Amino acid sequence: MTRSHTNAIEVRGLVKHFGATKALDGVDLDVREGTVLGVLGPNGAGKTTLVRCLSTLLVPDAGTATVAGYDVVKHPRQLRRTIGLTGQYASVDEKLSGWENLYMIGRLLDLSRQDARRRSDDMLERFSLTDAAKRPAMTYSGGMRRRLDLAASMIGQPSVLYLDEPTTGLDPRTRNEVWDEVQRMVSEGVTVLLTTQYMEEAEQLASELTVVDKGKVIAKGGVDELKAKVGGRTLKIRPVDPDQLSAMAAALRETGLDGVAGSTVVPDEGALYVPILTDQQLTAVVALLGARGFGIAHIGTHLPSLDEVFLAITGQKTDVSDAISEEVAA
Amino acid sequence: MSTTTTTTPVTKSPGDTPRTAPARPAPSAEGRIGLRANLRHIGALARRNALQIKQDPESMFDAVLMPIIFILLFVYVFGGAISGKGNNDVYVNYVTPGLMAMMGMNIAMAVGVGINDDFKKGVMDRFRTMPIARSSVLIAKIVVEVGRMLIATAILLGMGFLLGLEIHTSVLHLFAAIGLSMVFGASLMWIFILLGLTLKTAQAVQGMAMLVLMPLQFGSSIFAPTTSMPGWLETFTDYNPLSNLADAARNLINGGPVAHSVWMTLGWALVITIVTAPLAVTKFRKKT
Repeated sequence: MTRSHTNAIEVRGLVKHFGATKALDGVDLDVREGTVLGVLGPNGAGKTTLVRCLSTLLVPDAGTATVAGYDVVKHPRQLRRTIGLTGQYASVDEKLSGWENLYMIGRLLDLSRQDARRRSDDMLERFSLTDAAKRPAMTYSGGMRRRLDLAASMIGQPSVLYLDEPTTGLDPRTRNEVWDEVQRMVSEGVTVLLTTQYMEEAEQLASELTVVDKGKVIAKGGVDELKAKVGGRTLKIRPVDPDQLSAMAAALRETGLDGVAGSTVVPDEGALYVPILTDQQLTAVVALLGARGFGIAHIGTHLPSLDEVFLAITGQKTDVSDAISEEVAA
Repeated sequence: MSTTTTTTPVTKSPGDTPRTAPARPAPSAEGRIGLRANLRHIGALARRNALQIKQDPESMFDAVLMPIIFILLFVYVFGGAISGKGNNDVYVNYVTPGLMAMMGMNIAMAVGVGINDDFKKGVMDRFRTMPIARSSVLIAKIVVEVGRMLIATAILLGMGFLLGLEIHTSVLHLFAAIGLSMVFGASLMWIFILLGLTLKTAQAVQGMAMLVLMPLQFGSSIFAPTTSMPGWLETFTDYNPLSNLADAARNLINGGPVAHSVWMTLGWALVITIVTAPLAVTKFRKKT
């Protein structure tokens, strides 16, 4: 196999037991340098165990893993110089101020006093925490804490960053802030391994996805590949007059737009579901219905939930009308 | 797939934020941490522990109030009974060196509880994913706690002087007594760190500590001379490190033979540290 890029992370047959439970049961994955790999899976799938093995917090029972060329078991010390970790729980000292936290980490990373001071100031500014710099971290909001955590991970300019469910428990606005920061880090060339339970987050941030369940990789590929397999967004349209449902579906099929052939009419809901592959297609569908004079009472797009992703991967056909469990406003 | 994963430096687009790239000393080939770096890490972590105290001044209550309460209680409650009514000042010279030994013990106990608590927080994960010696986290804690012990001892001695404590030897001897109790106190901290890392809850640490401490504290020469104790107990007190330390401090301050008790104390400190420190660091390393 030839690749144009070097892998920043290579994992082969990684196994980790906790007593009788196999938290990791032979995981293989690669993350190309400068890309984001999303590791998608439900609670207990082994995502956090994977991150803890890759960050030298746990020693795997079998298999190998290298990060930036360093083996996690043989060269943990060198490996720690190249990584940053932002966990599910903010790993900052709550009693210290934001600035004191960052300064301490700078000093632990062997920066001179002056460099540590300057870099702490820079990071606080970059993560919009300058105003709160002197307050103890325990007074920070959830989003501020997560940003401080990211800042702490970035002080050492890691080449590989692990984000373990970075937005779990955050409100949508704060979540978007964290996403923006992650995207900015990636644009600076950092390789990211992101674990998440949300398809939407994976879609936003990752270029490649690995789906894990019960310690095993059950699917992997590009986000688009996987979306093609699972189905991407779905547009739900409810006409003012339910009797027009069939006419609407027929009008769409006539146009021959991409994806509209998969449209489904669900009379019980008085709604029409149209698979959406691109934003242009979304616009075209809405414009067409308007041009044909259909009255629309409700319109919205939905991303497949984790459940649907799993159903699709494990081979069972998902019924669109049952599958849509989460509404995400377009 | 080629297995040689060479790490090419990450290229940054020039239009990005000015990333000040502070010079960092290049790690040696094995990634080992040099002595100077190690001391710097311990300094940064000790600063963290000190800042925590600043943020939460109530955590100093034990170090400040304990010596005051103990010395008042013992001098006025037991002083007359042991040294005769009206001779409280005689007992001050007896009990103050003994309480120096006790301060160390009580502060060391608090370390175990503190470590246990610290571990419930994510910041320990961060420390353990950083290129620092893992022992430095524990050593920094001990450095700060020895500082707390020094404050407690200073307050104890200050109270002692108010109540009539006299140094019969020299200031140098007094410093030797203080130094000895610090060395022994630091060795005790390793035991409690080990307990704190092993037991599940802070309450369990506290309970376990009390179980060990009570016999050691009262089966000793800290509060009363051992000559009136039954033979078996007297033998126990002869080898009880707290007795050894109390005797050493007492004879350093009041004058008297010090060789046996000082060497016994140092011996205990050494043995305790050699046995428990590596265990504690290993436990810390493996803690999940």
